[in-house]
Amino acid sequence: MSTSARDAARGVVRIDLGSIERVPPGEGQTFLVEGREIAVFRSRDDVVHATQARCPHRAGLLADGIVGDGRVICPLHGYRFELASGAPVGNACAALHTFPVELTTDRRVLVWVPRGSRSEVA
Amino acid sequence: MTSANGGPIADGERQRLVVIGNGMVGARFVDELLARGGGERYEIVMFGDEPTGNYNRILLSGILAGSHAPEDIFINPLEWYATHGVTLHAGVRVGSVDRESRLVRGDTGVLEPYDVLVFATGSSPFVPPLRNMSGHGTETKEGLFAFRTLDDCARMLAHAPTARTAAVIGGGLLGLEAARGLLERGLDVHVVHLRSHLMEMQLDPPAGELLRATLEAMGVTVHVDTETSALLGAQRVEGLAFADGRTLACDMVVVSAGIRPNVSLAIDCGLVVDRGIVVTDELRCPGDPAVFAIGECAQHRGQLYGLVAPLWEQARVLAERLSGRVPDAVYTGSRVSTKLKVAGVELAVMGDQEPASTTDEVVTYSEPSRGVYKKLVVRDGRLGGAILLGDAGAAPMLLQAFDRGTALPENRAELLFQLAAAERAAGVAELADSAQICNCNGVSKGDLVAAVRGGHCTLRSLCEATRAGLGCGACKPQVQQVLELAAGDAVRDDPSVHWYVPGVPLTKAELVRAVREHDLRSVSAVFARLAGGREDAGSKAGLASLLRTIWGKDYDDERDARFINDRVHANVQKDGTFSVIPRIFGGVTTAAELRRIADVAEKYAVPMVKITGGQRIDLLGVSKERLPDMWRDLGMPSGHAYTKAFRTCKTCIGSEFCRYGVGDSTTLGVQIERRYQGVETPHKLKLATAGCPRNCSEATTKDVGAVAIEGGQWEIYVGGAAGTRVRKGDLLVVVDSHDAVLRYMGRFMQYYREHAKYLERTFDFVERMGIDRLRAVLVDDVEKICAELDAAIDAAAEAYVDPWEEATAPVHPSQFADLLEPIGPAPAAAWENR
Repeated sequence: MSTSARDAARGVVRIDLGSIERVPPGEGQTFLVEGREIAVFRSRDDVVHATQARCPHRAGLLADGIVGDGRVICPLHGYRFELASGAPVGNACAALHTFPVELTTDRRVLVWVPRGSRSEVA
Repeated sequence: MTSANGGPIADGERQRLVVIGNGMVGARFVDELLARGGGERYEIVMFGDEPTGNYNRILLSGILAGSHAPEDIFINPLEWYATHGVTLHAGVRVGSVDRESRLVRGDTGVLEPYDVLVFATGSSPFVPPLRNMSGHGTETKEGLFAFRTLDDCARMLAHAPTARTAAVIGGGLLGLEAARGLLERGLDVHVVHLRSHLMEMQLDPPAGELLRATLEAMGVTVHVDTETSALLGAQRVEGLAFADGRTLACDMVVVSAGIRPNVSLAIDCGLVVDRGIVVTDELRCPGDPAVFAIGECAQHRGQLYGLVAPLWEQARVLAERLSGRVPDAVYTGSRVSTKLKVAGVELAVMGDQEPASTTDEVVTYSEPSRGVYKKLVVRDGRLGGAILLGDAGAAPMLLQAFDRGTALPENRAELLFQLAAAERAAGVAELADSAQICNCNGVSKGDLVAAVRGGHCTLRSLCEATRAGLGCGACKPQVQQVLELAAGDAVRDDPSVHWYVPGVPLTKAELVRAVREHDLRSVSAVFARLAGGREDAGSKAGLASLLRTIWGKDYDDERDARFINDRVHANVQKDGTFSVIPRIFGGVTTAAELRRIADVAEKYAVPMVKITGGQRIDLLGVSKERLPDMWRDLGMPSGHAYTKAFRTCKTCIGSEFCRYGVGDSTTLGVQIERRYQGVETPHKLKLATAGCPRNCSEATTKDVGAVAIEGGQWEIYVGGAAGTRVRKGDLLVVVDSHDAVLRYMGRFMQYYREHAKYLERTFDFVERMGIDRLRAVLVDDVEKICAELDAAIDAAAEAYVDPWEEATAPVHPSQFADLLEPIGPAPAAAWENR
């Protein structure tokens, strides 16, 4: 069984978010994927991460945060998170949910997300 | 990656780092290095003379006095080395270093090759040559001790119960600590001191005399001006003989007559040694790029340091450099200050103890009955040095003023007695644990105390751990007080408080120099050159602000360095929507403008329309993607209500209509706002003009304000506040024309741009600089920089472009995108062929 087939069987789908250029270098952008909001971050040297879109504290949009050194600072109250693991840095906020993400050789961003239903869009 | 000596490191291969010395500096250095990921770069080997791990030597007197057990004072117990992958040769003295073949040989015969070698050999007690020092053969006479190691303490404690009278030779800090310890053990204690007053390295004669009186009141007998010439007794110490012929009967002698750096090993292997091992600002030994020295054994710019703070600073700098985090980190020397207890007496000393010239001002206060003595040396309105003996309550404030070079209040008594501040400190001590200290993030005193006990002993780490002080920041002085209260002597100074941003280890002045020198025009260039490539997110916005001030239109504006507000030119709200505030110059508008705003509010179904405190109109609850259309429909420029910049100039109605007005405050306010709109500053600037001293526009509590007075004149106030703090601005100057108001306001703004720390409001900046200094610089032009300041602020004002023009020309297609849709499911080929 190919990897993609296994993922599909588990209810995980791989979604093409398009060119990495849709996210400005060093910034984040919120995407609506399978009915859920996902924040995609692109470092200045094109390392890509994906996490839940809103902070666990007050639902701040993390894609609007400042990014650097593999971390994002929430724009609302300055809480920091590791992008790779989702772990909070220096605060007791809950960890972020992260999503596997891949940059292809033709610079497209692919993200693995649980298969969603439209009903999740609130 | 390059090695310490510039050669390449093979990928995946670690270099061998050998540290000679496992004391408070050697072990601290390794700790700091590991904290910076140095374990991936180096295989670390340490040699320590003592058979134990690293302990806090400062607390040895506590062991002597019985207040601490030996196990209480370990910083790095033996297990620590094993768990951190560090090889420690404990109890192994280094016999030789062969720099040719890069080998360190321990006296057990163990050989350790190195790529990088660090000397942290510390110092040894200086024992003056006395007659009759040895007992049997070459053995030290029974009852004679040095005071430097745990082993010394153990031997003293074993001997003390058989002794009745102890003499301590040396009335310096360590000697007095030893005396205090032995006094606690019930001995009759004498201190024999060569000089005319105690602790002459730290104290002036009156303070030394007062300390002597305090010690004598405790029961210690002090002999000053007394030179010891010989020990008495054959096998065992029976007394001391002095040079003047007197003798003192005693059965225990502790020698604490100063320390000498341990340099013999360095001399033997041919390093440059003067009084200590000579090091450069890189802490490197000249002539051998692989060898470094730190701690009491190192001599930097002719100076040897014996206090722990500067030595730990050396350890930190070397760790930054060798870890590669800050490959060009340098140590440029330390201003020495310390706060401690000597024999239970509070003492804080900093800088010079005596005036250096006739223009230095000396302020002293002495209260012998309480053993209190305070002395300040004031130089150019700043603290050149201080001694606080017997009552160091004012020490935190003075240490801060000393370290930061802030202007002192004209009433010096405020410094000595710290009237208002002392009340605040007492307030914190008396607060219940449940009392809220940080009102923004809801952090209680108990939360802070718990975090301090958990090891957060610097202000920064305490704030980050609890989030106290990370809102508006107004509670930071109280957080500092709780820290001092809970941590006591464990409070550590955090050098990063002096840095402009946390991710680049330079003060603002150093950073500006480096930016100009290396021609760094973008935030990423600064990180690459000055922070080892580490792009600290928390430093980006501050660097962007500074670079824009330095380079103006030649700044390479990387948008990711901006806070979201500055990327979309609107103020983010709690629900992720934005607020739109068009500029209304001086709060003066027209019916047509109001009608347009009303139309836009209706067209976009704006949930709330609100009159702001700055006399403008706020349209709240707008999604990001609708911002450009709204701006176009409004046809008004941005009001900059979202950024660290000049924001508004609030006005009262002034002489045009008001029957009391003596000056045309509306016209002036509009002129000011047109002139300086959008000029970026370290923090926001809110201005006001008032047409008469009734001050309806509250100009005296604005960052910059102008108040009209009779006779066609304007008073200009700076540093006012009516937010987290309330402060009346200081009067900078009185002028007689609108042009002059604009000129002085601009000049002040430019000086603030160039000299304030990032996010330092004008009210803190003005207090830090002192209004006298500001007047001298900005009005009297004593530094001859006014013409430059005027030209710079004019250039900044003229370079202004309305950011709302990006409505028609966004910098990136996603600049105003709320939510993007995916392209679709990933085609298998795209992913499997990657």
